[in-house]
Amino acid sequence: MNYNSPHKGMTLIVKTITRITVGLILLYGIYITLHGHVSPGGGFAGGVIIALSFIHLMLAFGKEEALRRLPKPLVSLFESLGAILFFTIAILGFVGGYFFLDWLNKGEPFKLFSAGSILLSNIAIAIKVSFGLFGIFLVLVLLKFTPKK
Amino acid sequence: MHILPLFPALGLGGAFLVSLLGRRSKKFCDIFTNVITCALFGLSLYSLCILKSQTSPLVYKVGGWIPPIGISLVLDGLSSFMLIIVNFVAFMITLYSVNYMEKFTAKFKFYTLFLLMLAGMNGVIVTGDIFNLFVFLEIASVASYALVAYGVEAEELEASFKYLIMSSVASLFILLGIAFLYSYASTLNMADIAVVLSEKGLNNAMLFASILFIVGFSLKAAIVPFHAWLPDAHPSAPAPISACLSGIFIKALGVYTLCRLFYNVFGANPALLNLFMGLGAVSIVVGALLALGQVDFKRLLAYSSINQIGYIILGLGLGTPLGILGALFHLFNHSVFKSLLFLNSGAVEYTVGTRNIRDMGGLREKMPVTSSTSLIASMSISGIPPFNGFFSKLIIILACIHAGHVVYSFWAILGSILTLAYFMKLQKNVFFGNLPERYNNVREVPFFMKTAMVMLAIACIVGGFMVLPKVKKYILSPAQNVLTHGLDYKNINEIGVK
Repeated sequence: MNYNSPHKGMTLIVKTITRITVGLILLYGIYITLHGHVSPGGGFAGGVIIALSFIHLMLAFGKEEALRRLPKPLVSLFESLGAILFFTIAILGFVGGYFFLDWLNKGEPFKLFSAGSILLSNIAIAIKVSFGLFGIFLVLVLLKFTPKK
Repeated sequence: MHILPLFPALGLGGAFLVSLLGRRSKKFCDIFTNVITCALFGLSLYSLCILKSQTSPLVYKVGGWIPPIGISLVLDGLSSFMLIIVNFVAFMITLYSVNYMEKFTAKFKFYTLFLLMLAGMNGVIVTGDIFNLFVFLEIASVASYALVAYGVEAEELEASFKYLIMSSVASLFILLGIAFLYSYASTLNMADIAVVLSEKGLNNAMLFASILFIVGFSLKAAIVPFHAWLPDAHPSAPAPISACLSGIFIKALGVYTLCRLFYNVFGANPALLNLFMGLGAVSIVVGALLALGQVDFKRLLAYSSINQIGYIILGLGLGTPLGILGALFHLFNHSVFKSLLFLNSGAVEYTVGTRNIRDMGGLREKMPVTSSTSLIASMSISGIPPFNGFFSKLIIILACIHAGHVVYSFWAILGSILTLAYFMKLQKNVFFGNLPERYNNVREVPFFMKTAMVMLAIACIVGGFMVLPKVKKYILSPAQNVLTHGLDYKNINEIGVK
């Protein structure tokens, strides 16, 4: 399928710029997520930026192209998985003594691999938030109103 | 002791698993949700046993952080009492939903939202941190907005939208109140706030915060000047959700939070108690008068909820041990018989297909289980002697007279007579009288719906024994003590942490 077709989405200029920037936005979202415990940001902020990169794709190339890459069942699957991942981290702590107990090695402060389970929690939250936000956007796009006669 | 975080966690985990795996198989959703709610009910009974073996309330450190720093969960007499009510009714409702929700598509979405709402309610009850309470309150509220609109008809969407706006305003009031409280006390742990408030005293900012809390939580509890959303929202939802909203939701999010904040954190003072009594009396009379004129089965029950919440608030406002006992006992009774009545209305709607009581009649012959359980619930709620509602109303009225508030006891008695009047109207129009021709083929509802209704009816009859001294000391008295010795709550961080 030719997703450069001029009949779908926005103009060629927008599509070209999107193709360059969308990866960078996604990468920036991942960076914000992974460095949540050492710098400003975190799972929620990173997740929102990741969701924005998906939405960016949809705005530029039209909803068919975006839905081909990220179909609706996949979005809702990842949304639930993110929640369950976060829940699992809490439950693992519960098994180890206290609910949400940080059972991992704390590591050296200000290093990437430190702060124990907070990094894992941030990743879980980022998955949940990014797919949840994209899911809401998707539902609003796909919603059709049938006016009552 | 370890079970405490499971109350919100089981509901949340169950909700995510149902949304992930429930799409394929309806049977899995039914079984899994019922197992979760049954386990929660079992755990809440077990929490009572744990509390019996201890001398002090229990505080659980989430993540191993000591209370004023981290979030704590608290188990005392009141929260154990509320947990039993909420999880018992929730179990009955999921049992009922197995058959009732068949007519809707996407049953797994219903179960997901229901479990989220249940997790929110359980979280509100067990938490010891005021901001955490707000978060769980929002989880439960947001799930309930979606559930009210579950049928996606125009009327339901309108009711849900109205409910959403009113309830969000309530949440904003509560959030602003929490902000004031935090700026004054510099802590969010409720026991710690109680300590700070008792040392520094209350100033005008705290007075303003308590007014914000009263408005916010009264909106959630639908006490009279703030009740406008309830008669639209509760009838619009599917019957199990109406039962859940009227039976436990407004109590866990409205009445329980009011008790916790104003008895345990701020400390009860005479001006506040007078306000509660006034609000309660107005709710009793206005709710009953509005219910009299209704012809929609569920709308009548919704107004009746406002009426009965009035009794609970009146009893709490008295502030005497007897009044508090009556209020807590009525809280239990109302959650049992009001959810039963809503399930009855759902059963009638399921078979007959309408909610207008003028179009019904004579269903007693065709639906013996529904009609007899509904008769038991109606007699309980109107305060006919052998049933539980009689005892709780009697205690509240006696407590009014004991405390010297004879005028309020008059309103309570008047409200009870009006309750009897509108439930007689309901029974006459729906179950007695002549059966219209077109309902000759009507049959009794399926098995699980019958089971849930019968079990709630048994609870209506057995519930009356809860005031017997031997039974009272296990369930009601610990809850009553938490409120009568309200400010002891501030010590729990010192004595309760394990």
